[in-house]
Parts: sequence; C-alpha cells; structure tokens
Amino acid sequence: MNSGRQEAAEVSLMSRFAGKLGDLVDWIDARFPLTKMLKEHATEYYAAKNFNFWYVFGVLAIVVLIIQLFTGIFLTMSYKPDAEKAFASVEYIMRDVEWGWLIRYMHSTGASAFFIVVYLHMFRGMMYGSYKNPRELLWIIGMLIYVALMAEGFLGYLLPWGQMSYWGAQVIVSLFGAVPGIGPDLVEWIRGDYFISDITLNRFFALHVIAVPLALIMLVVIHILALHETGSLNPDGIEIKERKGADGIPLDGIAFHPYYTAKDLVAIVIFLAAFSGVLFFAPEMGGYFLEHANFEPANQLKTPEHIAPVWYYTPFYAILRAVPSKGLGALLMALAIVLLFFLPWLDRCKVKSIRYRGWTFKLALTTFAVSFVSLGYLGLQPAVEPFVTITRIFTVLYFAFFLAMPIYTRFEKTKPVPERVTYEH
Amino acid sequence: MSEKSGMDRRHFLTVATSVTGTAGLAMAIVPFAMSFKPSARAQALGAPVQVDISKLEIGEMVRTTWRGKTVYVVRRSTEMLSLMDKNVDELADPNSEVATQQPAYAQNSTRSINPEVLVVLGVCTHLGCAPIDRFEVSPVDLGPDWVGGFYCPCHGSKFDLSGRVYAGVPAPTNMEVPPYRFLSEDLILVGDDTGVTA
Repeated sequence: MNSGRQEAAEVSLMSRFAGKLGDLVDWIDARFPLTKMLKEHATEYYAAKNFNFWYVFGVLAIVVLIIQLFTGIFLTMSYKPDAEKAFASVEYIMRDVEWGWLIRYMHSTGASAFFIVVYLHMFRGMMYGSYKNPRELLWIIGMLIYVALMAEGFLGYLLPWGQMSYWGAQVIVSLFGAVPGIGPDLVEWIRGDYFISDITLNRFFALHVIAVPLALIMLVVIHILALHETGSLNPDGIEIKERKGADGIPLDGIAFHPYYTAKDLVAIVIFLAAFSGVLFFAPEMGGYFLEHANFEPANQLKTPEHIAPVWYYTPFYAILRAVPSKGLGALLMALAIVLLFFLPWLDRCKVKSIRYRGWTFKLALTTFAVSFVSLGYLGLQPAVEPFVTITRIFTVLYFAFFLAMPIYTRFEKTKPVPERVTYEH
Repeated sequence: MSEKSGMDRRHFLTVATSVTGTAGLAMAIVPFAMSFKPSARAQALGAPVQVDISKLEIGEMVRTTWRGKTVYVVRRSTEMLSLMDKNVDELADPNSEVATQQPAYAQNSTRSINPEVLVVLGVCTHLGCAPIDRFEVSPVDLGPDWVGGFYCPCHGSKFDLSGRVYAGVPAPTNMEVPPYRFLSEDLILVGDDTGVTA
C-alpha cells in the first residue's frame, strides 16, 4: 500500500520532469532550430539500409579529428614554439608532465590514424562512385579537407624540432623554389628567414594550432552539409531518393539515428581498440609513425644520411624523386594530387558502383591502388636501383589511371543496375 | 527624380561601394602578407661574416655559416685544379652559364676570385642537403673516375672541386657561390661584395 503510493509519486515526478524538459526544448526551439536540426541531420536523415563496412571511415575520421583537437590543446599547454626550447619541451612532455607521454603518443598516432581512415574513406568513394553527379562538390570539398590535412601534418612535423623535422621541412619548403620566376622569393617568404629558423618554427606553430584546424573544422561541417543535401550513396550506387514510399521516406532508407549511430558505435569501439594497441605497444610503429632520426635535435649543419617523409606522404615523394629534374618532379607531384580533384569529370561512365561496372574500370582501379601503395613503399627506400626504375613504372601507371580514364570509361561494358539496393553480392 | 534615374543612381552607388570595399580589403591584406617576410632582426642576423683562412692548409676545407647556410671555403692545391679539367665533359654546366648560381666575378673556370680559394654554399641544389667533401682521388665507393669533389648523401648528386654539378644527377645546377670579397689576403668577408668587379 505504502510502496504503491511511493511508486505513483515517482511516476508523477518523472512525468513532471519530462514535461519540464519538453518545456525547455520548446523554449529553445522558439529561439534556435534545435529539434529541426536533429531531425534533418539525424533522426530523419535517411541513408540506404545496405551500407557495408566501407561506410564507417567518415565517422572514424571525425573521431580522429576530435582526438587530435583535444590532445593538441593539451600539448600546447606544455610545448614551446622556440628553436632553443622546442625539442626539450617535447622531451619534457614525454618525461616530466604527468601522463604527457600518453597525450603526445595519442597525437602522433592520431596523425597516422587520420591518414589511414581518410585514405580508406577516399578509396570507398572511388569504388562506389561517390564522387559522381550530383556529388562532385562533395568530392571537391573532401579533397580540400585532404589537402588541408596534408598541410596540417607537414606543419606539425616541424614542431618537435628533430633532425627529420628540420630536414624534411627544408626539402619540402625548397620545393616552392621550383615555381618559375618568384621561386626563391616565395621560399624566403614562407620561411620568413634565409633558412628554416626559429621564425619559421613560430609561424608553423601558429598555422598548425589555429589556422589549419579552423579551416579543417569549417570544411568538415561544409562536407557534411553537402552530403546531407545530396544524400549518402550506397554500395549499389543507387539514388534511394528516386523511390519513396507514400510517407515520402525513401523505401530503401533508414534513419541515421538510431540505426547508423548504433552501427558506427561498433566501428568506433573496434577502431579505438586497434588505436590503443598501437598507442601502448608500438607508438613509434618501427619508425613509420615517429621516425628514429627525429629523436635527435635539429642540426642545420648536418643532414641525416637518409631523408624520408612520414609514410602518408611517401607516394607523392616517390613521384617527386622519379623525375631527374627538380621543376618537373615538383610539377608531377602537385599534378598527382590535383588530378584527384577532377575525378568526377574524368570518369565518363554513368554507372556509379564498381559492382555493376566493366572489367576495364575494375582493372584500372586495382592498378591505381597497387601503384599508390607501391609508391608509398618506394618513397621510403633510398633512391637507388632497382627502386628508381620501379618507381618510374608505377608513376606512369598512377598517371595513366587518370589520364586514360575518359577513354576507358566511355566504352565501358556495364552490367544492369538493379532498381532497389541489395544485401547479397 | 524619375524612378529610372533613381535605380541608375542606386546601381552606380552599389558598384562604387563594392569596388572601393574590395580595393580596401585587397590593401588590408598587404601588411599581413608583408609580415611574413624576413624581419629587421632576421635581416640583421643575416649580416656578412668574416672567415680567416690564414691557418687553412692546402687541400683542406673550413666551414662557417652565413644566413643559416653552411659556407665551404677550400684552399685548392694546383694538383686539384689541374685534375678538375679531366672531367669537364661530364659536367652539366662547365662554364657556369646559369647566372643565378654565382656572382659575375666567379663565372670563370675556377668559379672564384682567387683560383686557389673556393667559396661555395654547402647546400645541394637539389633539395638543400649538405654535400660531403670527398677530396680523395678514386675512392672505392665513388669509382676510379672520381677526381675529388662534393658528394650529396641524400640523393647522390655529385659536384666537382668548383661545385660544378655532374650531368645525370638529381641536382639541377652548380652549387651556389655566395657574394664575397677579400678584406686582405687571408681574410674573406662572406655576404658582401662591394667593389668586386668581374
């Protein structure tokens, strides 16, 4: 009797609380489109029901972005952007700051993780035709994110002021010297000095912690807005918006929340488990995530025996070295990235997903993937034979994928595309 | 005032305001872009440096830094100078025709003011590494045709004892000769060449 009354009192308290919360939401909604936005981007954003694991890397990229922003803020609290103090301040973080080693390793592992998930995310787009009409702008914004990310990684790599930081920056900055006419002045302008100095370090720090992250966050927001305008594609490359039920909801669509948020949580857990594995057992990843030469302070009078950039730049570095001319090498390296922007227009095939495309595209995409990974490996090797010749072969194949694309995609023999999405394939 | 002339006036004002605003914005970028250039302090630290070579033996090299770059000063023996002529056919630019790589007074067969003394920047013209001084003749790793010169460990560029680049290596040009002058027979001022003529 007594407990029954207590229960009734609790229920009425909860409903009163829910009512108060509802009132608060109503109050906010009258002043800010909170419910409207949640519906538009989550509970009533419909994505195809047949996503496979390739569709988790976008969300994972956001997870890594958050890790990088969060750990980065804490690193700036102990780091000193000063040529005299930078190297020591990183060692100070590693040895003296409580848990500093963990925060620093999270940031350095996060950098490599960022590129792993972004490369897989981009490859997903290439496989399933995510860049094709009407998602060209979405692809371009994504490419801008990729370029900003490469700049962010490069700027950040100078900050520990180790040997590889210093000489890597020396090599990359001097590439701008290949610009005809203004080259040498441009290099001086970027460095703010006659060599990579304290001034360069200070400005790279500013760009790394403020300018580029700000641009990245804005680009990511624009990227998601553009995605939600056209809608997500799927492994079948079918526009689900073209077949809607009586309720106006795509027949093959399910709400992003709760269905995909729940699925993405599984991916996030698996990712974080792998991430922690690297973090705790191999934070340097055998010299691939943190290069050994960088544990020595920068010395402008002594070049390391072998300069190689971090793994995520090596495909382009290999292309740079494949050409025995500085200007042409730099041009080809830039072109290797610029061509990716034009993918939506180089590809003339109407069918989007690789599932229904002809053997020519499947062969071309495989060649591209093999060339990219091989160039990545070759960029880490010293520039001697037989590596030089092999690098040149893969460089030709890399460019052939793009430049021959309008031809081999135009005459492609495609399979019929089903009307509704499929699970089995 | 008629309605049409009112619209013309409004259109004119819109264009004029936009143009003025854009011009103002463009000019506002100038100070920010210019702030990226070497500051007064960086320029002061980039002042000329003196090198005393009175104790430099024949066939030896001394290093100094000017504007953060290593400067190599070599006192070449007559034997070194004569050996250098052997490989002239294998050089990419034996006559130092690329004008940006040396002042006019060093555009000669020894790329120097005084043939005995070589002054070059120890910076590989490929990607800025520091070439190593390999003055010995025919070492095992560089082969029997090597008559002494500079070898870049980064990407294998080769230069002779005047910093002239060999053909077929990644470096596109000869090593750079900085502006310099002799204050006395054994005192060099690197970074300033007032009064030196070709």
